[in-house]
Amino acid sequence: MAHGPQPGFKRWLYTTNHKDIGSMYLWFSFAMFLLGGCMALVIRAELFEPGLQIVQPEFFNQMTTMHGLIMVFGAVMPAFVGLANWMIPMMVGAPDMALPRMNNWSFWILPFAFTMLASTLFMDGGAPNFGWTFYAPLSTEYAPPSVTFFIFAIHIMGASSIMGAINIIATILNMRAPGMTLMKMPLFVWTWLITAYLLIAVMPVLAGVVTMMLMDIHFGTSFFSAAGGGDPVLFQHVFWFFGHPEVYIMILPAFGIVSAIIPTFARKPLFGYSSMVYATASIAFLSFIVWAHHMFTVGMPIAGELFFMYATMLIAVPTGVKVFNWITTMFRGSMTFETPMLFSIAFVILFTLGGFSGLMLAIAPADFQYHDTYFVVAHFHYVLVPGAIFSITAGVYYWLPKWTGNMYNETMGKVHFWLAFIGLNVTFFPMHFVGLAGMPRRIPDYALQFADFNQIASMGAFLFGAAQIVFLFNVVRTVQGGKKASDEVWDNPEGLEWTVPSPAPYHTFSTPPSVR
Amino acid sequence: MASESSYYVPEQSRLPIFATIGMFLTAFGAASWINGGSSYIFFIGALAMATVLWFWFAAVIRENMAGLNSEQLKRSYVWGMGWFIFSEVMFFAAFFGALYYIRTFSLPWLGGEGDRGSSNMLWEGFESTWPLMVTPDAAVHGDAAKVVGPKDIIDPWHLPLLNTILLLASSVTVHFAHVFLKKDRRTAFNVWLGITVLLGAAFLFFQVEEYLEAYQHLGLTLESGIYGTTFFMLTGFHGAHVTMGTIMLLIMLLRSVIAHHFKPDDHFGFEAASWYWHFVDVVWVGLFIFVYVLGS
Ligand code: HEM
Ligand SMILES: [Cu+2]
Repeated sequence: MAHGPQPGFKRWLYTTNHKDIGSMYLWFSFAMFLLGGCMALVIRAELFEPGLQIVQPEFFNQMTTMHGLIMVFGAVMPAFVGLANWMIPMMVGAPDMALPRMNNWSFWILPFAFTMLASTLFMDGGAPNFGWTFYAPLSTEYAPPSVTFFIFAIHIMGASSIMGAINIIATILNMRAPGMTLMKMPLFVWTWLITAYLLIAVMPVLAGVVTMMLMDIHFGTSFFSAAGGGDPVLFQHVFWFFGHPEVYIMILPAFGIVSAIIPTFARKPLFGYSSMVYATASIAFLSFIVWAHHMFTVGMPIAGELFFMYATMLIAVPTGVKVFNWITTMFRGSMTFETPMLFSIAFVILFTLGGFSGLMLAIAPADFQYHDTYFVVAHFHYVLVPGAIFSITAGVYYWLPKWTGNMYNETMGKVHFWLAFIGLNVTFFPMHFVGLAGMPRRIPDYALQFADFNQIASMGAFLFGAAQIVFLFNVVRTVQGGKKASDEVWDNPEGLEWTVPSPAPYHTFSTPPSVR
Repeated sequence: MASESSYYVPEQSRLPIFATIGMFLTAFGAASWINGGSSYIFFIGALAMATVLWFWFAAVIRENMAGLNSEQLKRSYVWGMGWFIFSEVMFFAAFFGALYYIRTFSLPWLGGEGDRGSSNMLWEGFESTWPLMVTPDAAVHGDAAKVVGPKDIIDPWHLPLLNTILLLASSVTVHFAHVFLKKDRRTAFNVWLGITVLLGAAFLFFQVEEYLEAYQHLGLTLESGIYGTTFFMLTGFHGAHVTMGTIMLLIMLLRSVIAHHFKPDDHFGFEAASWYWHFVDVVWVGLFIFVYVLGS
């Protein structure tokens, strides 16, 4: 069993090793992050000034659509799965993932699925142009022919996610080392367990909704067409039944990462471990009963508006518990501010800001003003960029020395952090104001009075993009060499992953460790 | 038997990458075919998928017979199958949810009832009924309508009732098979499993019969408005699952008869297939109640 990796590219094609597969997920995710990022820069370049300068409106719509799809399904989700692959077996003391071949399958589907999705850009009629939420009838009656490829790409991505989730559940429930009881599991493992349940509950619903689209487009059914007795709003209900849990799929693992990093650099155990677990579970539960807060303006009965408004506000309670626990963990800790910690602190502050704008949006009567404006764009970018993306970045810096055996360059890490931090705030903060002032989202042109803030936002976006080059450079340098990391890497960090050598050997825990 | 401490991690495998290619060709081929291209890629892909899965399952069976699979590893397969079935439940839930929403909310609204009844302004003269025999389009545009409702619908108390009996019986027979397998009564196992496969095939036969009736005599098609839409989506998706389930059970039967697989205490392949079968059965009961009986 103690074999090392095979030489050559076949290693990557045939591997069953969770570390190999984790690395592939992470690199793939980064590639998608850059691709989706370039699309975002096309959008921001066009929006630098009012009027049409660089792209046609039709192409602009393809950019917003593809940017959203690629970032959600290609960058954020695979990055978390990559971290899960690397860390969960090491954290629970397992020799590998429970179903190693299926693990490889889950990964390799993704490059194929995204090739298919990206190839729509070159098809007749262009790529999907109906937004990442692909509302019917824009995505059915009025869609370009490439929508069929989009639908099947979503299908196989969904298959990949479901298999990945099943693997994670089986690993966590079945492969823990003796003594690793559920309530001793690191929070990253807990949050991923719950995320995996969200995935197997809602990815099939996404598959269902794209299947209904396919039937409406090509087989004459009437799901989303009132002429036949269907209802376009049905699309929105099914989509958001998937969509809201989906946004938690993109944030729960982030909670886990931050809950690992903050205690290490505050040199204090995590405050309120069990309340973190229960808060995560309640958020996951609530995420199934709030979906229609995306549809306040669509025309729902008043009882629906009220129910979804109050249910949504309830989510702020467990979320507040988490923020409170992170802050209390730092309180009176002997803190140091290495790169992972900087990203984590920024996460806590800026994610909270995104949560606040979420609360504003949750107020149904107020949402009539905010809906489909840049305020919503500001909200979800605050929860996703300094939320999901920063936590992933923090996790990479935190565990990179364990993966490679080398320390990353701290100065470059800090430069990356500050560029990204400033870049993102300059990009997304002004969007709150143009949004409140009424600038609609998803348009290539806008009224003159929004010009100043849009220019600022565009400059911030290019800064944020540049910051990622520093990141790439730093990671590549660390993989190639650098100061050797100790086995513990940090000052007394908690968790089984720090008990194995750095770099972690190809096979860890072939015999399970014993956990006190 | 391998002990708890040696979880079998397969070294390397070509199966997943070939499965990926098969899956990609299937999906890409299906999309090109539907968009008016040729169907070759799809069929090549589907064939490749089936072949890879064949070899994949063969590899797993071989490993198990070689004693590589510890109790712990077997539990991984059990969890895997269990949660896979759960994901299928959610897939069906999307379609059942759509039916519920249409019937309880949006259709009455379109007909002018309730909270959002004002949507009737767009389809004046449309009345909400279930089964929906006159679509909004037909109500407004008469003969010029593009989407018209069915002339009649399937009577639940004939073929569907028969199919309910067949499928419920097959759940019992597959259970008998399981009991006999555990008692090591090979012939009885084979016979009951064989009966189950036949019941599944009979179900499919009558389902096809029903579809022919619907298309040829009742004007009930995918295109006949939301009734036909939900009817065929739900029963068709279920039918696809029965087909899968029947194939799975048939393979289990062949494994038992030809290759003498399965031991009284080690037969998860069969068990997984039978779980799937029970699941398909439960979905049918839901369909029979919500689509056929309450839908007529
Ligand atoms: C306190 C927690 C949160 C609340 C109360 C909240 C509330 C809302 C509401 C009401 C909307 C709809 C706004 C509209 O379209 O008019 C919305 C949009 C959105 N939220 Fe949140 N949210 C919260 C947290 C999150 C998190 C954690 C994420 C993801 C990590 C997220 C991602 C999104 C996205 C992507 C959209 C926009 C979807 C679209 O229309 O394209 N939200 N949020
Ligand atoms: Cu939401």
